[in-house]
Amino acid sequence: MAPPRFRRVARFVSPVDHGFAAVVYGGSILFALLIIGLFVELVLGSWPSIAAFGPSFIWKSAWDPVNSKFGALPMIYGTVVTSLIAIVLAGFVGIMAAVFLADFAPRWLATPLSFLIELLAAVPSVVYGLWGLFILAPFVRTAIGPALQKTLGWTPLFSGPIYGVGLLTGGIILALMIVPTVTAISRDVIAAIPQDLREASMALGTTKWETATRVVLPAARVGIFGACVLALGRALGETIAVTMVIGNRPEISSSLFAPSYTLASVIANEFTEATTSVYISALIELGLILFVVSVVVNALARMMIWRVRGSA
Amino acid sequence: MKGSFLRCFTTAAVGVALAVPALAATQLTGAGSSFDFPFFSKAFYIYNQKNPDVTINYQSIGSGGGIQQFTAKNVDFGATDVPMNAEELGRAGQPVLQIPVTLGGAAVAYNLPDVTATIKLTRQAVADIYLGKILKWNDPQIAKLNPGVKLPDMSIVVVHRSDGSGTSYIFTDFLSHVSPEWKSKVGVGKSVSWPAPSSVGAKGNEGVAGQVRSTPGAIGYVELAYVIENHMPAALLENKAGKWVACEPDTVAAAAASKPEVTATNFSIVDAAGENSYPLSGYSWIVVYKKPADRAKALYDVLSWLVGTQGQSNAKSVDYVPLPRNVQTAAQATLNQMQR
Repeated sequence: MAPPRFRRVARFVSPVDHGFAAVVYGGSILFALLIIGLFVELVLGSWPSIAAFGPSFIWKSAWDPVNSKFGALPMIYGTVVTSLIAIVLAGFVGIMAAVFLADFAPRWLATPLSFLIELLAAVPSVVYGLWGLFILAPFVRTAIGPALQKTLGWTPLFSGPIYGVGLLTGGIILALMIVPTVTAISRDVIAAIPQDLREASMALGTTKWETATRVVLPAARVGIFGACVLALGRALGETIAVTMVIGNRPEISSSLFAPSYTLASVIANEFTEATTSVYISALIELGLILFVVSVVVNALARMMIWRVRGSA
Repeated sequence: MKGSFLRCFTTAAVGVALAVPALAATQLTGAGSSFDFPFFSKAFYIYNQKNPDVTINYQSIGSGGGIQQFTAKNVDFGATDVPMNAEELGRAGQPVLQIPVTLGGAAVAYNLPDVTATIKLTRQAVADIYLGKILKWNDPQIAKLNPGVKLPDMSIVVVHRSDGSGTSYIFTDFLSHVSPEWKSKVGVGKSVSWPAPSSVGAKGNEGVAGQVRSTPGAIGYVELAYVIENHMPAALLENKAGKWVACEPDTVAAAAASKPEVTATNFSIVDAAGENSYPLSGYSWIVVYKKPADRAKALYDVLSWLVGTQGQSNAKSVDYVPLPRNVQTAAQATLNQMQR
């Protein structure tokens, strides 16, 4: 019989330890129960709609409360596309900013800059929304949109009329909102990379830039990826700011200039005035889909992190 | 330690419990329509100044939420832009009184950068624009209504409310009245499926107004009070009598006065008859139980004051439209059925 790998050393366990263990266990179980409870409640709430429309709710495109016809596809599309635009923009800018703050900026500049970027996270989303509606949307209509159309107008992504509001504007607003998350976490991760690595790389004659892109960033990639996942989670569920600039039209269009709709926006827009029970239930089912989409995206990201970590 | 904490807590709780009744003898709560909120906050504030022993707490959570809270008996009264229908009344479980409390109108605002004259639109033209049948501002149908105005060759961007709203209800009710095609294709509702290919949804009056302002060629319907306060250009509409009318408190009141026998089942005053009637008008309603469980006397007094001349006089100062005298009388008559 193999000897036990380790033996319990402490014979005496104080009642305080037991109490502490109970609190810690209780806390984590509570979270699990909350998530399960939320899921059950969403399923119960959306049952009339699930019963009425079945799985076709997910791939139907009509959203017509007057005639009680509901389908979620345009909203799923809008949610995913705006979040993707946001994570591409915010990921690039945020990681670059993090590299700068951690390795390049002098201390007197890095501290106030970090503070300012983190301050962006404290701005209420309705402020982003109004700013988006009054400043960003006209700017997209008059400057960004036409410029993109001129250079990339031959692709379906940038064709069609530019309203100012739409997928692209929604994605840009979301990017602004999640940049602080990406930057702050990535900066901490990069700063935590051992100094020895950088010194070793420099000793081999690399430039500062080569060290950052070829040594530091690859070493920090798991953490940075985690930062992007957290940010993406916020982007998927963000409501008011997107509602103000997305155009709120339940339609799937290949153009990023076209108005669209997100799951969270429909709920925010229509829940207070929804009266018939199947209508309310259809809105709750959108919430259920948003919940499932968030869980799936997070699970996928987590799996990617595990793979990256495994190969690292 | 634990004992002293509990004692502390109990003392605080008792303190709070004692302090609340000392502040106000009667507290009434209401919930519902966000459209009513500016008018209610003003009117209830004035009422509290005159009757310090009664405070009214109104939560502007939307008509649907108001009806829900009222049905669950969490509030003393609900407020809604569209009266409760048969299904909702059934859910309430006991007789409900529905009382008109204020009036609203929807103005058709637009953004045409180089046009200074006020645009005129017939009812059919508005319907065709929102149906997506008129796509350009220089369409002959609009041009012939506006001789002498140089209309640009610009696409019309149709803006509508994205949040469920009483204003959308009035607007779609109007379109269904004037256009059979709208009635069969789209219908009436607080949220509908907007058919125009260039339509954009915006949240709230501020959203629609902002979208119209920042998009040349846009057209959108905005609540009357909002248009007045923000000095937005709004179209003159042709009414049923064939006259051109602007969206103003007087023309909305005229539409209401043309139909004094308004009831909760026959409440629509869109496309009203009468020379001076503005076609995009509608009531907002308060709902109470015929036999309130408690605080009935206080509730009756407040509502009676609100629908009377004194309460209604507060409407104008916040750019709301007071009920015409004959509707005030009708509202009072309904309210008098309340058991108190």
